[in-house]
Amino acid sequence: MVTVILPRSLVSLIPGCQRTTEVEATTVAEAIDRLDEQTPGLRNRLVDSGPMIRQHINVFVDAMPAALDAPLRPDSTVHIIPAVSGG
Amino acid sequence: MTRNLLLVGTRKGAFILERGRNGAAWSVSDPLCEGWPIHDLQWDPTTSSIYAGGGSAWFGPAVFRSDDLGKTWSHSSEGMTYGDDGPKIPTVWNVTPAHGSIFAGVEPAGLFRSDDGGKTWAHVSALRDHPSRENPGWSPGAGGLICHTIVPHPTDTARMWVAISAVGTFATEDAGATWEARNQGVVDCNSPNPHPETGQCVHKLVMAAGEPDSLYQQNHCGVYRSADAGGSWTDISKGLPSEFGFVMGAHPRDAATAWVIPLSHPEEGRIAPDGALAVWRTRDRGDSWERQDNGLPQEHAFVGVLREAMAVDRGDPAAVYFGTSTGQLYGSNDEGDSWNLVADHLPPIWGVEAVTLD
Repeated sequence: MVTVILPRSLVSLIPGCQRTTEVEATTVAEAIDRLDEQTPGLRNRLVDSGPMIRQHINVFVDAMPAALDAPLRPDSTVHIIPAVSGG
Repeated sequence: MTRNLLLVGTRKGAFILERGRNGAAWSVSDPLCEGWPIHDLQWDPTTSSIYAGGGSAWFGPAVFRSDDLGKTWSHSSEGMTYGDDGPKIPTVWNVTPAHGSIFAGVEPAGLFRSDDGGKTWAHVSALRDHPSRENPGWSPGAGGLICHTIVPHPTDTARMWVAISAVGTFATEDAGATWEARNQGVVDCNSPNPHPETGQCVHKLVMAAGEPDSLYQQNHCGVYRSADAGGSWTDISKGLPSEFGFVMGAHPRDAATAWVIPLSHPEEGRIAPDGALAVWRTRDRGDSWERQDNGLPQEHAFVGVLREAMAVDRGDPAAVYFGTSTGQLYGSNDEGDSWNLVADHLPPIWGVEAVTLD
């Protein structure tokens, strides 16, 4: 199972969302789709038109920067982290 | 008992204020909508819902909805896209319920419609298909290329006006299937051609009470009125200290009464002229204006007031409210004759809406 770790700000935004979730997925896009099935609306907060990860969201697969089509191993860990920005 | 609420959109979330009873101070909520930047809040009296439009730098655009006066919220931007090859939409600038639907104006300028209470959205594509977007083109103003005002006809579901900064006013009379530019008579003071079909920088558009074809607008280059649904416009800036400003408010019953807040020249700060904050009211459709500064700071008030940050309630006399870009919220219970500070130390205020609950 792939482990997906979401930011606190997203968990508070999406009812039922967990900081850490395990899903069956072979790409980042699939992992997000699985999460969206569990908590509808989540994909739309992470994925923009293109489709592509929103500009100020960073995704890491096993600590390496990754895009939607990045492959996952069965034991991969996906970190989804808001970029450092604001004011 | 009547309750008076103010819905306030800020750079750091939405806030709901409620007037205290027997002269007590207004209560101020904690930041709502997860602290997202919120441009506009609107009240839908048909469903007793609050809608809030904004966008997060991380999580994109959204229209939030609350059916319990702000205790709980849902949100969505499902379908709020120009397609995989189109420009990305960072934020919502206006949300307006009308005739059972909800409309959202977004950046880059466009209009979306929801017929399921805000769960899903569909692009009203004919607006962006207007030929002026290709030629001469739609160019952003300082605030971006934004569809910031939506004015539905009060009874005719086929008619609506929208306003886009640095592009102008558009109207539909066939429920959004086609749109017509309505800028004749409005000057584009930033162009060698002062009277183009489009390119005028409208900052706020309001409808006169009980006269759907009577419109007012605060423009980058003046204040205007129209008696023919925007088909032609007349400059009514004479008597104001500045042609420039953002907000405009219309009286709930008197079509001849409206308010503006003139600001300093756009290249000279866009703040209260000489640091003296004042609202200006017309009682005669803009033929004359009177300064209303009783209770407002008259020195060192170098504040701005942005396009959605004025509201007029339906009281008699009407109460008028406005918020500043430095977080002060002022209110008048006598149609602007005197003013009080309703709240201070809010984040930069972008939108104000007044709600009266009977």
